[in-house]
Amino acid sequence: MAEHHDSAADGSAVELSEPRTVTSGTAVISADRFENPGLPVDHQRVTDLDPAQERKAERRIIWLFWLSLIGSVFAIAAYFIWPIEPGNMTSTRMNNLMLGIGITLGLFGIGLGAVNWAKSLMHGHEEVEPRHDTRGTEATRARAVEIFQQANAESGFTRRRLLRNSLIGALVVAPLPAVVLFRDLAPADEPHELLRHTMWEKGTRLALDPSGAPIKASDVTVGSVFHVIPESLAKLGHGDGYLEEKAKAVVLMMRLRPEELNEAEDRKDWSYDGIVAYSKICTHVGCPVALYEQQTHHLLCPCHQSEFDVANHCEVIFGPAARPLPQLPITVDAEGYLVAQSDFHEPVGPSFWERER
Amino acid sequence: MAKISRKHRSTGRRSPLATVALLAIGLLTTGGAYALATTTATAESQAAAANEQLIEEGKKLFAANCASCHGLNLEGSKEGPALVGVGALAVDFQVGTGRMPMAFQGPQAARKAPQFTQDQIDAMAAYVASSGPGPALPDERFLEATGDAAKGAELFRINCAMCHNVAGAGGALTEGKWAPQLKGLDARYIYGAMVTGPQAMPVFNDLNISPEEKRDIITYLDYVSENPSVGGFDLGSLGPVSEGLFIWIFGLGGLVAITVWLTARSN
Repeated sequence: MAEHHDSAADGSAVELSEPRTVTSGTAVISADRFENPGLPVDHQRVTDLDPAQERKAERRIIWLFWLSLIGSVFAIAAYFIWPIEPGNMTSTRMNNLMLGIGITLGLFGIGLGAVNWAKSLMHGHEEVEPRHDTRGTEATRARAVEIFQQANAESGFTRRRLLRNSLIGALVVAPLPAVVLFRDLAPADEPHELLRHTMWEKGTRLALDPSGAPIKASDVTVGSVFHVIPESLAKLGHGDGYLEEKAKAVVLMMRLRPEELNEAEDRKDWSYDGIVAYSKICTHVGCPVALYEQQTHHLLCPCHQSEFDVANHCEVIFGPAARPLPQLPITVDAEGYLVAQSDFHEPVGPSFWERER
Repeated sequence: MAKISRKHRSTGRRSPLATVALLAIGLLTTGGAYALATTTATAESQAAAANEQLIEEGKKLFAANCASCHGLNLEGSKEGPALVGVGALAVDFQVGTGRMPMAFQGPQAARKAPQFTQDQIDAMAAYVASSGPGPALPDERFLEATGDAAKGAELFRINCAMCHNVAGAGGALTEGKWAPQLKGLDARYIYGAMVTGPQAMPVFNDLNISPEEKRDIITYLDYVSENPSVGGFDLGSLGPVSEGLFIWIFGLGGLVAITVWLTARSN
């Protein structure tokens, strides 16, 4: 803007009264300097001017302290009047509410009263205390140097070199065990290998979540959505990694009319008579995508509103997800139960550094 | 042949009374059978006639109120889907909750006060059910909130909560559609929605969620409706959005107000 200051339109620029004579960045333009406005006029409060107002303020503050007293006593009484009864969750709610109201009044009354007292009754004269220099006196500075030198002489910090260096060495090495310990918080070997595979394999039956009952193709009517787990998962206990496996293997299965599906040539045999199965884990950050609209065949992720089109291999039609949901190839076995043809053909869920390796 | 029979006849003895007896027996059996047949047929035909009458009444109501979109023969049009084989339960849900007849075409038919009496709804349901097999009204025992609320809650979290919210408070879908809230609803409509999959909602047939499990879900929703939130003011149970908005506006706003008051001059 510097080159404009001579030709600026009226009212749009601050005009300088003299040309710059020093390099930019160091200049202080004295003509434009903000003037010290001085101290504001001493402020008189109503309580300073009118004794009736002062008495009124005092009564108000007394009432606030009394409110605090009442609140605290109420809190003690409430604890006994509304006790927590075992097994009755509503009683906990009532107990907490009443106790909370009492304690709030108890603390707020003291706080409001104290601040009111200070603001309206304690003396209100304004005082100015100039800030002292940050630099100490020469004597203080000399004394500080002297203390350091004396400490050095007495401890031998610069004289006993081996001792000093040993201390420095010990200090440097002391935090190293923590590095080893924290390093061990990560899985010992290649954590990303765990993300590449799920429990699904050739012949695994598709089963209902959470019961683990296998599903026949004839059970799945058009317009249905089934929340599916591998049949073998239902037998796992929580100690055997049930949740870890479930987090990767959950599948959403829908039946559309076969003519509604637009299937790629190489994936035509991945569905069975309009029944399709897709990973339930969003490819964005891994939320369960399960909001299925049976009329539009759209799947919505509740976390960040990614939308997937089930009729078109779950391609992303809206939102931050970058990849379609992985499809689980399915077929039926001799007894008519739905089974997986294989595991997913790509890692499920969100991206990770080693995914494309 | 003729010769033989004539010979046979000539040799046989026949009392004249035998003919009379034979006639009497014949008349009695046919008459009795006829009388028997006609009485049972009347009972059946009375029920059939009553049903016929109900279907006829439903057909008239349908023609007057629904056929402009769903077609005079339930065949549907570009304004509304075909209703052949949707079953009585779908009619009971859609008309009973006031969603049908629709007030206007939009992203979703909203719940409103029902436009017909239960008798009229039953008549239309009978008419639609007569067009083809479809889900019928459930047994009363599956509508009572006497199931296992904890199991119902687990099934609800797996199958329903992603759209309807874990406390049944409802939620938003895409392009103006929404999943309605489920508190304080008549159990037959919760059941009907699960079986028939109205509008954007998928179907949860009895092989996916058994009638007993549907009763557990109804029990859970009844529990949630009847019991207040243990944590206090639930802000509509809408989750982090309403709770965050509340604490950012009122919580932080209150702190800012107190700070301003603390440092302000007393007047």
